[in-house]
Amino acid sequence: MSEAVRETSKKQRREFRNIHITELSNYRMTLASTVSILHRISGFIMFLALPLVLYMLQMSILSEDSFKYFAGIASHPLAKLVILGLAWAYFQHFCAGVRHLFMDLHLGLDKESARKSSVGVLAVSLSLTFLTALKLFGVF
Amino acid sequence: MATNNIGPKRLVVGAHYGMKDWLAQRLTAVLMAVYTFTLLFAFLSGQNFTYEGWAGLFAQQWFKLFSLVTFAALFYHAWVGLRDIWMDYVKSVGLRLTLQMATIVWLLVCAAWTVQILWSV
Repeated sequence: MSEAVRETSKKQRREFRNIHITELSNYRMTLASTVSILHRISGFIMFLALPLVLYMLQMSILSEDSFKYFAGIASHPLAKLVILGLAWAYFQHFCAGVRHLFMDLHLGLDKESARKSSVGVLAVSLSLTFLTALKLFGVF
Repeated sequence: MATNNIGPKRLVVGAHYGMKDWLAQRLTAVLMAVYTFTLLFAFLSGQNFTYEGWAGLFAQQWFKLFSLVTFAALFYHAWVGLRDIWMDYVKSVGLRLTLQMATIVWLLVCAAWTVQILWSV
């Protein structure tokens, strides 16, 4: 080992590590960080639900009988809750994704704009989910 | 690549797959958004929601192809996202590699299934 390398390895350096899961409670979640983690959670949920969504698509277009069969399953309250959950995941991921695309264009990157847009994302996705719930459970 | 890549000029980030996947995730996202609005438009412009209307939409060749391309985009998008999740949270190399391979196989199965579904009507 050369002299120069030994010199640098002796220096005390700050180590930057990812936040460990046990340290999470020490951090105050901002709205922007909530939107960030929800983006990941909603994406993962939709990945897990892929076979379900493909099955629903298959049932709905295969034949008139399978369409009716699917409509029968979908009219069950529990099935409606699952569909509502998926709708929420889609709206949340969609809205937060649009926010990401704007940020990629260096728009609204400062702290205050990021906070405002995260409020917007949550407001829009939750409103759409609420509307979907009303529609699903037959209010209109 | 620069021919003079010795010492401090050495290129240590040569693969560029990070940039490629980052861009692919954005492009596929935009495609899925366009598909969403197309589907929403078809949905809202139809009168009553019936099997004929719904299956009739998927019976058209252009919509089959549009759907297939969008689903392919979805699977690629999901792969980039899932790989990020495994890389961030799964520290064991063996387990991470297993999960990544399982994700790829699973998404390929879904892709094949999508082809079967789309061309069944």
